[in-house]
Amino acid sequence: MSLDLATTRRIAKLARIGLDDQEIETVRAQMGGILGWIEILNEVDVEGVPPMVGTSQTTALPQRQDAVTDGDRQNDVLANAPDREGPFFTVPKVVE
Amino acid sequence: MTYTLEGATGTWEIVVGLEIHAQVISQSKLFSGASTLFGGEPNTQVSLIDAGFPGMLPVINHECVAQAIRTGLGLKAHINLESRFDRKNYFYADLPQGYQISQFTHPIVGSGVVEIELSDGSTRQIGVTRLHLEQDAGKLLHDQDPKRSFVDLNRAGVALMEIVSEPDIRSPEEAGAYLRKMRQILRYLGTCDGNMDEGSMRADVNVSVRKAGEPFRTRCEIKNVNSIRFVTQAIEIEAMRQIEVWESGGTVDQETRLFDPGRGETRSLRSKEDAHDYRYFPDPDLLPLVVEQSWVDELKAHLPELPDDKRARFQTEYGITAYDSGVLVAEQAMADFYESVAKGRDGKMTAAWMTGDFFAALNRTGKAIEESPVGADKLGGMLDLITDGTINGKIAKEVLETMFETGEAPLEIVERKGLRQVTDTGAIEAAADEIIAANQDKVEQYLGGKDKLFGFFVGQVMKATQGKANPAIVNDILKKKIHG
Repeated sequence: MSLDLATTRRIAKLARIGLDDQEIETVRAQMGGILGWIEILNEVDVEGVPPMVGTSQTTALPQRQDAVTDGDRQNDVLANAPDREGPFFTVPKVVE
Repeated sequence: MTYTLEGATGTWEIVVGLEIHAQVISQSKLFSGASTLFGGEPNTQVSLIDAGFPGMLPVINHECVAQAIRTGLGLKAHINLESRFDRKNYFYADLPQGYQISQFTHPIVGSGVVEIELSDGSTRQIGVTRLHLEQDAGKLLHDQDPKRSFVDLNRAGVALMEIVSEPDIRSPEEAGAYLRKMRQILRYLGTCDGNMDEGSMRADVNVSVRKAGEPFRTRCEIKNVNSIRFVTQAIEIEAMRQIEVWESGGTVDQETRLFDPGRGETRSLRSKEDAHDYRYFPDPDLLPLVVEQSWVDELKAHLPELPDDKRARFQTEYGITAYDSGVLVAEQAMADFYESVAKGRDGKMTAAWMTGDFFAALNRTGKAIEESPVGADKLGGMLDLITDGTINGKIAKEVLETMFETGEAPLEIVERKGLRQVTDTGAIEAAADEIIAANQDKVEQYLGGKDKLFGFFVGQVMKATQGKANPAIVNDILKKKIHG
């Protein structure tokens, strides 16, 4: 399957990745290749096979009890914040 | 009664559906062990999962699943024994993972129904499409700095139930009634505190308009409306806007809008070009959520009595009106209070006193029923004093007032203030004789046909006995004496 430029631009925008025209063309070709490769899977006959939802043998989702076991680690949480302000992360102003 | 709006080209009706986001009551978050408490120090109730650190794996909170099932049962909805989690992808500063874990194609709860009651006493069934579990986002503070927004992730990852209604709502009043009913049910179930001020319950409102008999036209979604009053206002304003667009020959675009109560308008939140494409896909970190029917049955068996059932039971068990019953079951605490007073007493009398003088006194003191200075035992004790003839209804009002002020027991007040009802006919007769003698002119008028004057005599005798006379005895004595 070949990917058109408009779709490639849209995917880049949704992913918040800025690409110039030349890069877009490169990425378009590369992603088209990946899609083509994945499409080989369409050749497999899956008639009557339920969709696979995980690789685990056990199908039950593990659950935890409702207890507070984490938190009070503000410094860990903020350790990678590029522009920390006291107890907060900060980002360029976003107002709607 | 059909709600309609008049446009230049004729009559329009409105079509409304609501998405309610209800924060689940639980100790810890949906997929992490961080606390859900409201109002903590910024970023202290955050685990590395909530903060979207790489390599962290979510593990679901069993109690949040139970809460969603309880809510589903309370909405008389189908519980899906197998449901799944998907990633809803978008970038925003309050969403550190870059996606929200939600349930898209396989929600935990399927279709249900909510009955609402309108001011004219009529009822309507509003369909619930689905309920699913998802993560709440963090909180942005925009007023701390001119150039930056501050991010607090304490709320990030708290469990939300998104409850989606069918587009069955046809007026702002119905939307308000639906929200109130939903909040009442959630509070009864103990699955969400329903507190819209703190944001633990919020609504997205879908509005469209149409001419009678038409199929649905394009809808707009008004995001994050945080009070019932604003929801009803936003619907009216948005419906009028859409009518103007259609009538001026334009087309309503499907878009997300914001309600600005200050300006009384809705405005576009995102241009169409930026319309979200969430690229949902199954969350590879989470297997399907499978619950046993036996567990659902057990949760159902322990469900509290719901408001509609309680209301019906109060009417039959205590013989009170549908209206009084509705008032009393509005809050669970109120209903419990009523029931502990009414048990073994006259249900109608209890309802009359509670919805009347008791609520008035509570309102005056600005107290919620849980913090009432007059408990159920004291109110009940006062009613007993009326029933056994110790005090009359008029004096009881005074006793109730005093109880609110001093917190004393009713009998203490009666004894201290000497409020016992006078049933001594001798004392009442003496008072009656005196008043009749002093008002011979009025006796003449009364006997001449001015029946209403009888009330004057009763009033005077009550006054002479400081309100303590038994009204029935006063009536008897006066009748005998005047008519001779």
